[in-house]
Amino acid sequence: MSIIMSAATTDRWDEFMEGVWRQNPLFVMVLGLCPALAVTVSAVNALSMGLATAFVLTCSALLVSLLRKMIPKEVRIATYIVIIATFVTVVDYLIQAISLALYDALGAFIQLIVVNCMILGRAEAHASKNPPGIAVINALGMSAGFAIGLFALGAVREILGAGTLFGISLFGASFQPWVVMVLPPGGFFVLGMWLLVFSAWGRWRQRKQAAQGGAAQNA
Amino acid sequence: MSDATGTLPAMTPATAMIRTLGLIAALCGVIIVAAYQGTYDAVQENKRIAVERAVFKVVPTAQSIVEYFALADGKLEKVGAGGTASSAAPAGAIKFYAGYDKDGKLAGIAAEGAAKGYADTVRILFAWEPATQKVPGFGIVSSRETPGIGDKIVVDKAFLANFPLDAALRDDGKSLAHEILTVKNGSKANPWEIDAIAGATITSRAVGKAINDAAQALLPRIRPHLDTLKEKP
Repeated sequence: MSIIMSAATTDRWDEFMEGVWRQNPLFVMVLGLCPALAVTVSAVNALSMGLATAFVLTCSALLVSLLRKMIPKEVRIATYIVIIATFVTVVDYLIQAISLALYDALGAFIQLIVVNCMILGRAEAHASKNPPGIAVINALGMSAGFAIGLFALGAVREILGAGTLFGISLFGASFQPWVVMVLPPGGFFVLGMWLLVFSAWGRWRQRKQAAQGGAAQNA
Repeated sequence: MSDATGTLPAMTPATAMIRTLGLIAALCGVIIVAAYQGTYDAVQENKRIAVERAVFKVVPTAQSIVEYFALADGKLEKVGAGGTASSAAPAGAIKFYAGYDKDGKLAGIAAEGAAKGYADTVRILFAWEPATQKVPGFGIVSSRETPGIGDKIVVDKAFLANFPLDAALRDDGKSLAHEILTVKNGSKANPWEIDAIAGATITSRAVGKAINDAAQALLPRIRPHLDTLKEKP
């Protein structure tokens, strides 16, 4: 399969999947936990937060990458923060314009995207060292990974905590919601469960790969 | 250069740093202004719709809404009229909404109240009927109360049975005849008392205090003008 794809496409795909899978910000690097635990009480909130973060991450990665040769290394962190804060302000206004109900639901956590360590981490570790094209692909991959992670948390918490998904009732009126799931502790429970699932899966894959590698050597 | 500083990496001159930071800050400023200007109308429209929806909810028979300021000197002023081009409130003014039914008669008055709840300030919008001098109900503007406990104030049947709540003015019109008070669950004895939800006493108290404070401040100012408010202007 990979032979058919041109080398460049594979590279770009690899760069994208880096964030979605191998270095998933939430489940592998365990970054950005503040919004991940606070706003994921419903699937809609989680996806909106994912989109808002994606916007900030991608725009700031592009700008940092474009300006990377201009920014003196002594003031780089200050510069990144200014750039990130700018796009957070932009997204803040955009969400207010789209839906006030959503703005109220996400509350202070929109402004707090500015201190999401994942975004500053990407600007410092990746965007400042790579050309704009690659930086944006990497940022999009990370955003997708983060949004998937938030959605995984939000969906489980909404299903168990309210008996609904995207506001649609799943179990009928007799369902007694697990209120703890929409409270802060529920966020930790669900995150812990997902981390367990992902690490078990990762180990299982590793073991399978090792077994295959051993078989290939024997052959 | 044989001294130790010669081995340090070259420093960027301060002027270059200031220039770069200044340029980037200016660029970011432009982006923010553009975003603010671009979304301003949509945001204002959204806010207006949200308020109207809340007012229609607490004054169900209302068909149209007129916004007023009750000024500190006792006069009323329509929002957007009389010099104040924008909706910025004059100092000391209290904003309220007069809801009119389909015949243009005053159906009820709605105003915001706020008080400290369990997690954060609970902001509510409550209605007041001039004819009966009662508060028929309230809605939440913003609240961060615990889901499943404090947020029951708008769904708990026993709590909602506290309404309509007596909020009659004293004969001189200077304050409420009886202070609106939240009492412990099951001990409500008067129509101006609110029976708290067991387990959510703090949030229940916040509702009572929010209505009481806002009503004490606003209703005496409105009372002399009730006749002019009666018909839709």
